[in-house]
Amino acid sequence: MASKKPEVWVFIEQEEGIIHPVSFELLGIAQKLAHDLEGRVGGVLLGEEVEGLIPEVFAYGAGVVYTVRHKTLRYYRHRPYAKALAEVVRRFEPEILLLGATPLGRDLAGGVATLLETGLTADVTQLSIDPQTKNLLMTRPAYGGNLMATIICPDHRPQMATVRPRIFPMPEKINGTKGEIVEVEVELTEEEAGVERIGFIPKEKSIQLELAEVIVAGGKGMGGKEGFSKLFELARLLGGEVGASRLAVEAGWISYEHQVGQTGKTVRPKVYLAIGISGAVQHRAGMQNSDCIIAINTDPNAQIFALSDLGIIGDWRKIIPLLIERIKERKGLGRN
Amino acid sequence: MLNLLVSIKQVPDTTNIRLNPETGTLIREGVPAIINPYDISALSLACQLKLTYGGWITVITMGPPQARLALKEAVEFFADRIILLSDRKFAGADTLATSYTLAQTIKFLTREKPFDLYLFGKQAIDGDTAQVGPGVATRLNIPVVTYVIKVEEINLAEKYVVLHRKTEKGIEILKAKLPLLLTCEKEVSSPPFSPFPLLLKAQKTEPQVFTADGPIEFLREKLGLKGSPTRVHRVYTPELKKSGQIMNLEEVGEEEAVKAILLLLEKRRIL
Ligand SMILES: Cc1cc2nc3c(=O)[nH]c(=O)nc-3n(C[C@H](O)[C@H](O)[C@H](O)COP(=O)(O)OP(=O)(O)OC[C@H]3O[C@@H](n4cnc5c(N)ncnc54)[C@H](O)[C@@H]3O)c2cc1C
Ligand SMILES: Nc1ncnc2c1ncn2[C@@H]1O[C@H](COP(=O)(O)O)[C@@H](O)[C@H]1O
Repeated sequence: MASKKPEVWVFIEQEEGIIHPVSFELLGIAQKLAHDLEGRVGGVLLGEEVEGLIPEVFAYGAGVVYTVRHKTLRYYRHRPYAKALAEVVRRFEPEILLLGATPLGRDLAGGVATLLETGLTADVTQLSIDPQTKNLLMTRPAYGGNLMATIICPDHRPQMATVRPRIFPMPEKINGTKGEIVEVEVELTEEEAGVERIGFIPKEKSIQLELAEVIVAGGKGMGGKEGFSKLFELARLLGGEVGASRLAVEAGWISYEHQVGQTGKTVRPKVYLAIGISGAVQHRAGMQNSDCIIAINTDPNAQIFALSDLGIIGDWRKIIPLLIERIKERKGLGRN
Repeated sequence: MLNLLVSIKQVPDTTNIRLNPETGTLIREGVPAIINPYDISALSLACQLKLTYGGWITVITMGPPQARLALKEAVEFFADRIILLSDRKFAGADTLATSYTLAQTIKFLTREKPFDLYLFGKQAIDGDTAQVGPGVATRLNIPVVTYVIKVEEINLAEKYVVLHRKTEKGIEILKAKLPLLLTCEKEVSSPPFSPFPLLLKAQKTEPQVFTADGPIEFLREKLGLKGSPTRVHRVYTPELKKSGQIMNLEEVGEEEAVKAILLLLEKRRIL
């Protein structure tokens, strides 16, 4: 085992046979890290029936997939999942273990790190390998995003981190890629799970802010619900979703599901329109990885302009209605 | 009767955090310390359960000496016993060392009388890690349920509880064995009405203080900075990167501005 290639692992989060997209994003960054360590990427799949998902894990870049199949893992529960994951790590000793900072991933990570007595860094936004020490450099916002802190875990393995969805780009999918499959047996009992699911109320409608290609976001500068109805119209025309700053949500103009930022969603659309949003650090934390940012703001000193590809100093009321009209014309929907 | 333990943290009120624009460092003066908002929900839930089922509430916190104020406030939530873990040797703890210190304390208290429920906040707003709850449960070797939004029923005779828990896809309804550790979302409960005599009692009550030297035995190498596998390597102020095209509506006119937006949308293949 001594001179084994170092491995960078991703916990593949699956529920009811569907893999969470954040796991693919992590396989993407894991490939980069594995390259710098001259190692390989591993995916860990836990569940009752998971064979069907393995090809996808290879297609997104894993060289090896570890699976634990057990009836107790048929749906997510903390203890059996934590025990199984910790056990696989103990047996194969990866250098790095990444999990999505989803509710499930965060729940799991804290237990696994404790079982393994290793360090865990939450909500990481940048990952790289220190060329000298080969340690993982994990950077995360601190103090409400006012500062960035780079954390290391020099003497314990694996180095563990959780990463929010949409921080890293989706890697290319190469269908038909093959790799090694390692089946691991772990002893699990219903008794030690301690928890039993007796019901489930699915969310009614959920907007897909994280996956939208265009987001039209409004802030306090929208002035009210009427302003937001214009944004909904624009978003519909562009095939996108509406986002919002916390102040707009707190004002009751739009629901929390639309909030972007540190305490809302993290997004990385192709285009993010920030309208009447000042660009506070907590808002930026959720949208600064967007491919292209367009800002409209009356205040020439608004911080949002500093990260915009296109900034328009002015009142949205003079621009958005005209923009909507021009787009309708192009689509042949113009008023007669 | 329910024996409840609540673990709370005193945090700086991050809504009031400001940066010194010249140096990029935090301005700490005048930033009030508050009880972590999710821990307020945990305290409220404990109080609600105590009033419904009858019970006894122990509240613990690890922190600097002034964290005693958070514990005194907990008395307003009908806390019966308050304990402060305070020692320089605890300082600099990351979540692994914090969960060790809290779990050792809980194991010590359990010897007097075992707890039925351990209530934690979903996360502490100063770090947003959400790791300490699952970490402590792991060390106590008991199940944990995170993101709890409702406690529907507690059956003390049969030792189980029915809970609602928020997940990404909806609300999960769970039946869980006691003893159990749960982490609370805001909506799990709201603060009780505290009668005047209780407010007076809160003013007069002082916490018991436990240090690294007693009465609990700790392994030194697992405490504080020493017991923390993670290290801060570097801290810096994030810089704003892009400097794109900026146009002033008054100078270019509305048509030009809209044209520029349309052009970008085309380039990015949105239109
Ligand atoms: C712990 C913590 C967490 C937070 N989490 C989040 C979060 O997740 N998301 C978030 O967004 N915020 C968050 N915040 C709040 C954040 O600090 C800011 O207060 C908030 O983002 C500001 O919202 P805003 O830009 O809409 O409002 P403001 O800062 O008030 O900005 C409004 C802007 O609109 C412009 N404007 C006004 N009228 C017009 C007009 N007619 N046309 C064009 N522009 C106009 C103004 O010039 C101004 O720049 C958090 C804060 C804290 C402390
Ligand atoms: N120093 C501490 N003392 C007591 N409880 C804590 C401490 N730190 C964290 N907790 C508890 O753990 C929860 C989650 O904290 P965190 O993992 O830091 O986000 C908090 O809501 C508290 O209930």
